[in-house]
Amino acid sequence: MSALHISASINGDPTEFLCEPDETLLDVLRDRLNLTGTKEGCGTGDCGACSVTVDGRLVCACLVLGAEAQGRNIETIEGLAGDELHPLQKKFLEHAALQCGICTPGFLVAAKSLLEKNNNPTEEEVRYWLAGNLCRCTGYDKIIRAVMETAEDMRRGNHAT
Amino acid sequence: MRFEAPETIEAAVALLAGEKGIARPLSGGTDLLVQMRSGRVEPDLIVDIKRIASTRTITREGGGYRIGAAVSGEELGEHPTLPQDWPGIVEAAHLVGSTQVAGRATLAGNLCNASPAADTVPAMVAAGATVRVVGPDGTRDVKASAIPVGVGKNSLEPGEFVESIFLPERAAGSSDAYLRFIPRTEMDIAVVGVGVSVTRDPDGTVTDARVALGAVAPTVVRVEDAEDAITGTKLDDDALAKLAAACEAACSPIDDKRGTVAFRTEVAGVLAKRAIQTAYERAAQ
Repeated sequence: MSALHISASINGDPTEFLCEPDETLLDVLRDRLNLTGTKEGCGTGDCGACSVTVDGRLVCACLVLGAEAQGRNIETIEGLAGDELHPLQKKFLEHAALQCGICTPGFLVAAKSLLEKNNNPTEEEVRYWLAGNLCRCTGYDKIIRAVMETAEDMRRGNHAT
Repeated sequence: MRFEAPETIEAAVALLAGEKGIARPLSGGTDLLVQMRSGRVEPDLIVDIKRIASTRTITREGGGYRIGAAVSGEELGEHPTLPQDWPGIVEAAHLVGSTQVAGRATLAGNLCNASPAADTVPAMVAAGATVRVVGPDGTRDVKASAIPVGVGKNSLEPGEFVESIFLPERAAGSSDAYLRFIPRTEMDIAVVGVGVSVTRDPDGTVTDARVALGAVAPTVVRVEDAEDAITGTKLDDDALAKLAAACEAACSPIDDKRGTVAFRTEVAGVLAKRAIQTAYERAAQ
């Protein structure tokens, strides 16, 4: 196999990398670019731990080839916080919406994607949107509450980013 | 393995047809990458078709919709008119996996992957969808039901791939619906899936109906006896009972951890009744 030379934007930064044709975007992010915030859970698109956005679309990085990223805009958990934590990150801390934390980056990226599309989701909409993000610690309730409250704050306009 | 991302149909066909080893087209990748990871398929060539403009668009053609092979389920739901015209297709596409998976997974991929439990396939068969296949011998349009021919097997020849799916123009008073049974509320594979499409005249009489079942046989099953049972009726109890009985009679499912033969068979009838009532109500609006 010969490595492919790929250019993409990652969290707004022009990025170049080499990858094998069968290498996933998840492996590229973690092993080549040291962006290890994106986690590998199942590797088969079932757990959502590797959630990222590609051109604004929420996907599992384990189900995307690195080569597909050519010319695309990739956003990962590392792009979430600015100088301050993102409002979702603050709410997750406030609600203790995490325990071991391995699912948290995926939940945050997925929840941000929902709130960008719909800043007034019902609890049912939040639960369905996040159904592909698995957490084996919290039982989900705190996560759902944190997302609902962030949405409420965003609607009121009292958030930093 | 080689990876190519051509920008024209001709280039993609030439690549796929020219490969002596195993070649696979890639659109959403939600089945292909899982199969590669498990070792079930080890392609020598992957041809990403998403850089071909015609695979990425939904266009009106006559009164119908031509849906590019790389259009995801989420994109179907975001279209300004498609969800009103074909709600059953859109609800089936949204049931395929999570938000993340539906953001990549396509109708064309669901069809070509040829899983008996594919959610969008009964919906497409009920819709009377046709599939545009491109290949070294040119372009052909076939019925959606002609693509899956067995568990995990499709009818495409070497070098061929699906460019687009076509949903025909809707007659007035028409709608569709898709329902499936799974043991939980989200993120599972259909135990039974039912796609229906119906047309009713202004007084409520069914003038046309199509009924297709998934996950109850090796491939999707269209149930013409069920269609005949309700055509010319106003979906009275007797017609619905005959529809359910015809669906049950069309089942030849497997026993597995998700459901027994008896359970799947009964559920097929129950879901068919519910799905046709939903489509019938939608068609009145």
